[in-house]
Amino acid sequence: MTATTARPEPRIRRLEPRAIAGVISREVTVFSRFWPSTTFSSIVEPTIYLLAFGFGFGALVSEVAGLEYIEFIGTGIVATAVLFSSAFPGMFNTFVKRRFQKTYDAILAAPVDTEELVTAEALWIATKAGVYGMAPLLVATAFGLDPSPGMVLVPLIGFLTGLGFACFGIFLAAVVPTIDAFSYVISAVLTPLFLVAGTFFPVDGLPSWAVRLAAVNPLYHCVELVRGAVFGFAGWGDLWHVVALLVFALLMWRLAVHRMERRLVD
Amino acid sequence: MTLLRAAADHRSRAPLDPEVALSLRGVVKRFGGITAVDGLDLEVPVGTCLGLLGPNGAGKSTTMRMLTAQAIPDEGEITVLGHRLPAESKQARAQLGVVPQIDNLDVELSARQNLTVFARLYRIPRSERPAAVDRALALAQLTDRADAKVDELSGGMRRRLLIARGLVHRPRLVLLDEPTVGLDPQVRQELWALIDGLRSEGVTVLMSTHYIEEAERLCDTVAIMSQGRIVARGRPADLIAAHAGREVLEIYGPPAVLADVEARARAEGRETRRTGTSVAVLRAEDLDGHLGEGVRRPATLEDVFVALTGEDIQ
Repeated sequence: MTATTARPEPRIRRLEPRAIAGVISREVTVFSRFWPSTTFSSIVEPTIYLLAFGFGFGALVSEVAGLEYIEFIGTGIVATAVLFSSAFPGMFNTFVKRRFQKTYDAILAAPVDTEELVTAEALWIATKAGVYGMAPLLVATAFGLDPSPGMVLVPLIGFLTGLGFACFGIFLAAVVPTIDAFSYVISAVLTPLFLVAGTFFPVDGLPSWAVRLAAVNPLYHCVELVRGAVFGFAGWGDLWHVVALLVFALLMWRLAVHRMERRLVD
Repeated sequence: MTLLRAAADHRSRAPLDPEVALSLRGVVKRFGGITAVDGLDLEVPVGTCLGLLGPNGAGKSTTMRMLTAQAIPDEGEITVLGHRLPAESKQARAQLGVVPQIDNLDVELSARQNLTVFARLYRIPRSERPAAVDRALALAQLTDRADAKVDELSGGMRRRLLIARGLVHRPRLVLLDEPTVGLDPQVRQELWALIDGLRSEGVTVLMSTHYIEEAERLCDTVAIMSQGRIVARGRPADLIAAHAGREVLEIYGPPAVLADVEARARAEGRETRRTGTSVAVLRAEDLDGHLGEGVRRPATLEDVFVALTGEDIQ
């Protein structure tokens, strides 16, 4: 080891791509070890929902909102898959790395700031969520959903939704004192969100207060966009769903960065 | 909050000395009602090894964390490698190697993967990364076990890997937080050789430890820390001469005898310390034996420590 290394002095900047790429490279390396189990649960879970509801309700209901039930639920479950593959890693994996493995302490001793760390984690989780969000569509295709060119937009919708929920999970991982506290969030927040998103039944049939609540549910906007992409958008009005998801992601990102900074930097 | 502090940090102060690898001036860090670091002043010249010596809770780890801006001081100024913290901490961290007290290797990854990830985090250009990783593996003597998962490595191997991870980018300054804590003596000596090698190559080292022997062997200078401040600083031999004299007389006996010896020694203005079964009288080189018979031994840094802080180190 020599003390004299003539490397150019890096400038001070926020959100440096090199720092973000470095953190993502760690995630990719870890993922290369764990992808079979992650992929299994991310694909099998929504598939079970799809089959259970598809066959169960499908026998009772032939058409929902002008769609065959398998088409309705096959597109709706995308949001569930995105939620599971973004909020859970955001919460649990982040908490474990922060609290038990102390991984973040090691990363922050390198030239990486908390903002870059959180951003990198969220981008990586969102990317996976976008990819895994396609799984229910592929399964539904096998059960009678017609493929359409608009389906190529679905990973992007999944990415944007996943970004918000990944940041939501990271925010919680920074806030909760113990890992058990996540149970409250899962029961009280995530379960209602994924049930009242228009995934399994249309939101319009609900009482008007519930309809208004659905409008602030990011998963509802995700479901609407996925159905639009697969069956055709209603018009420019659908952009409102994109705006809602963007606002959600931006808000959660800033919250996650802020709370993680408070947690990781004394 | 951090941004406000960063803004305040931009106000200019004294020019930076290129011969000083790191400096802390008047640094205070509080956690709620507890003051962990209480007006710390410390400078480490380039190319030297400074040992921060003190018991658990003296503020050593907090000091280390402030040098990487993982803790932000409430008061005072910190510069690392010519960069003012916390505003310019990212540049400082790029040239800083950190070996934490707690093993935070990625246990599910191999030794090589751990090093490769950090080679990238430390911004080693892509083309140079494989060579840097190989060099770090050799340094940790893990070339043969490069592809073993960290889980499969022994405690000593893991600690060597942890040190090598902090050196993968050839830092100019290395922070070692209790590098050998909890290791058996043989492993500890292996690590000492590794750290000594760094120093001989001109790398500046700041090491915290509560092993006196470690500080005496590896450090040019020792700073004794107690309750968040530096209470003495100097070469180990000088500190011993100044604060404990050349020799120490250890007098053994029942508690009543020890109390008597203690009282008489103090009446003469001599410093003593209790070590459980004995009373140690410092600066015993001019003693004629009127305090009692005992065992004479050379004074150590531990005597200095106890004399200065009234605390036992371990």
